[in-house]
Amino acid sequence: MATVKFTLNGKSQTVDTAPAMPLLWILRDTLGMTGTKFGCGMALCGACTVHVNGQPTRSCITSIGSIAGKSVTTIEGLSPDSSHPVQLAWVEADVPQCGYCQSGQIMTAAALLAKTKQPTDADIDEALRGNICRCGNVPRHPPGDPSGC
Amino acid sequence: MSAMNRRNFLRTTAGAAGGLLVGFHLPQRSRIQAATTSLKLNAFIHVGTDDSVTLFIHKAEMGQGTVTSLSMLLAEELECDWKKIRTEFPGVDREFGPNQGVVGSASIRSSWESLRRAGATAREMLIGAAAQRWGVDRKVCRAENNSIVNTANNERLTFGSLSTEASMLPVPANLALKDPKDFQLIGKARKRLDTPGKVNGSATFGIDVRLPGMQYAVIARCPVFGGKVANFDATKAKAIPGVKGVVPVPSGIAVIADNTWSAMEGRRALQVQWNEGPVAAFSTPGITKSFAESMSQPGAVARKEGDAATALASAAKKIEAVYEVPYLAHAPMEPLNCVADVRADRCEVWASTQGQSAARAEAARITGLKPESVKVYTEYMGGGFGRRARPDYIGEAVEVSKAAGVPVKLTWSREDDMQQDAYRPASYSRFEGGLDADGWPVAWTTRIACAPFGGMRDGLSRTGVEGVSTIPYAIPNVLVDYHAVDPGIPVSYWRSVGYSQNTFFAESFVDELAAAGGKDPVELRRRLLANSPRLLAALDLAAEKAGWGKPLPAGRGRGVSVANNIGSNTVQIAEVSVERGKLKVHRVVCAVDCGHVVNPWGVEQQIQSGIVFGLSAALKGGITIDRGRVEQSNFDRYDVLRIDEMPKVEVHIIPSQAAPGGMGEASTPGIAPAVCNAIFAATGKRIRKLPLKGADLG
Repeated sequence: MATVKFTLNGKSQTVDTAPAMPLLWILRDTLGMTGTKFGCGMALCGACTVHVNGQPTRSCITSIGSIAGKSVTTIEGLSPDSSHPVQLAWVEADVPQCGYCQSGQIMTAAALLAKTKQPTDADIDEALRGNICRCGNVPRHPPGDPSGC
Repeated sequence: MSAMNRRNFLRTTAGAAGGLLVGFHLPQRSRIQAATTSLKLNAFIHVGTDDSVTLFIHKAEMGQGTVTSLSMLLAEELECDWKKIRTEFPGVDREFGPNQGVVGSASIRSSWESLRRAGATAREMLIGAAAQRWGVDRKVCRAENNSIVNTANNERLTFGSLSTEASMLPVPANLALKDPKDFQLIGKARKRLDTPGKVNGSATFGIDVRLPGMQYAVIARCPVFGGKVANFDATKAKAIPGVKGVVPVPSGIAVIADNTWSAMEGRRALQVQWNEGPVAAFSTPGITKSFAESMSQPGAVARKEGDAATALASAAKKIEAVYEVPYLAHAPMEPLNCVADVRADRCEVWASTQGQSAARAEAARITGLKPESVKVYTEYMGGGFGRRARPDYIGEAVEVSKAAGVPVKLTWSREDDMQQDAYRPASYSRFEGGLDADGWPVAWTTRIACAPFGGMRDGLSRTGVEGVSTIPYAIPNVLVDYHAVDPGIPVSYWRSVGYSQNTFFAESFVDELAAAGGKDPVELRRRLLANSPRLLAALDLAAEKAGWGKPLPAGRGRGVSVANNIGSNTVQIAEVSVERGKLKVHRVVCAVDCGHVVNPWGVEQQIQSGIVFGLSAALKGGITIDRGRVEQSNFDRYDVLRIDEMPKVEVHIIPSQAAPGGMGEASTPGIAPAVCNAIFAATGKRIRKLPLKGADLG
């Protein structure tokens, strides 16, 4: 067991834990922050993506020990009121279906935009091809125009 | 304390104990309960004294848009303010039918009439309360935007101010439902009601439920289907920090810990010897061989018209083809999980499930409690696709909680999900077709070998043959027969069920008939669908929108498919390119006639979603068996469609006043044949085996 201190969504956080425990399970089980999702456990699907020092990171294979002193942002901390531009765009385009992969998709997209203000289609493909969605909201441009909804 | 409030309380407690409020969200649906007195007008509608309207969605949401579309049905007749409605999932109740759940793309079809009626009932009760209050004839009152209006003097009373009196009135009979031309909501695109919670992490899926004192469990199951525990040694598992206990359950050995990761680590350390059982004798090559061997004998007849054997014998031209598809996993993004709390006198279950009634029955069976003593709380599903209709994982959680004496969250790892699924069955089929001297089909036979499920009758499994036995084409001599060949690999419902493989077979073979007869694939279908006006109209629309017949560059091709399943009609035209053996699907045009449309945006989402799902399987999906074990275990070897592989999808809805059809499974069957027919058009190569990833297209 070890005491790990880090910053979580802008606030100081301390946990007593086995240092090998993945950040994903610290968030979900220890801290009750369930917005970050478990999908594969092997960094293959992207559902667990959070930001560590601003970098999109698969929390399912990131040990809590490696997080000491770092800053973690989860979907809950992306904005206080769903007002991050990616969240606004997602609502506008009515993106989610089952919604389970969305935290990971949004965190990945937000990290891309933080780095690349005007991403090309190729940039978007490159950033998001690691985020699996089984429902099919993967096209970049939502079909049709649900305006007036 | 009501169950809903208890959950809020528990979640609040859990959030506070963690010292974190930032990440903690009360589910939106429950916040309202605390703010108002909510009065039940019927099983589906509560009106709060604060004018809030709560709609109870007796189905479940796995992404298919049920919460939104069923709300539209209720709200249409209720005349409530769409912006003020809230939704909740109710418990299991006889009022919601004997088999509460979401299967077979049936939500709209089974609710189209009943929910509009429920909305109208509540509206009439509110009108009755207003008429009583004003002392006027109810005929001068009408409902409008969350209020009842006295049309004689324009006085208004809000729903909330009438809800107490309305809830005490008798349920009216003789309801008149709106003429469809007066619909305000139905037929107009509405954004999903569940989107806000799904972009900020606050939507509660089954896996997100937390109870005080809850422990976390995983189960070690035999890697061979049907195998049992011979013996086990828990010493090393119990030495893992955080592990609280190791208990045998019917499906294996459960490891219980104070967090999911420790439970998984404990399972890794657990030593189990298995009695593998008879399925260990089966591997994919042998299964395929047993399918092939069955082809020499006639099977159970699924469809017979005319005399196919004689017509084939006398046909001017005859063709034959053998098709094959693998087992497929469901792989919903949210791994299976369930929270169960078994007590001496009651059992509570929190689950993302497609089958609430089945979940309750399973929990009652295991605990020996009366069904009324079992509460099932429906949570959002992170995908279902048929997998969550089986209550096996719910029963497991109940077993573990019962054995451990504490509330338990059981989580399946992705490996558990892929290796312990009940799969879309592998299937094998042989086709023969006969053409007349002009190249038009006169005879069609299909023999299918596939494991049965969903019930057998006279040697026939509907799920094994649907999609071939149901071909809509006017061919005078047809024979479809079937062999139940079952190696013991669990199989079950997978989005679009038998159509998922049989439409690939049939629509590919129709293309083979067209090629053999020198006919254009659309032209041939048009002729054979002359007596199916809805499919014909969809075919014509898809052909027009896709630019069928217009020249394409070398290496590009278009392919068409026709499907009529779950009461809906879809025609897809795919456009693909094959360059140096590399396939790209560029564009899919889908014309759909699904009868009366409730939410056009929902239809568009589901068509797109069904195509993603079917295309994933066609391009990459395949579960293979080695000595009774599944060889794939995660998304590395069971890959799915990625963002850069997704074609542009264009959906064209045909207006219709016919009864609504289903939508969740409508477009999954047609994408594989449309793509494979397009590959044939582009390259001359005929694909008869899926997935495409191993195919030589060079």
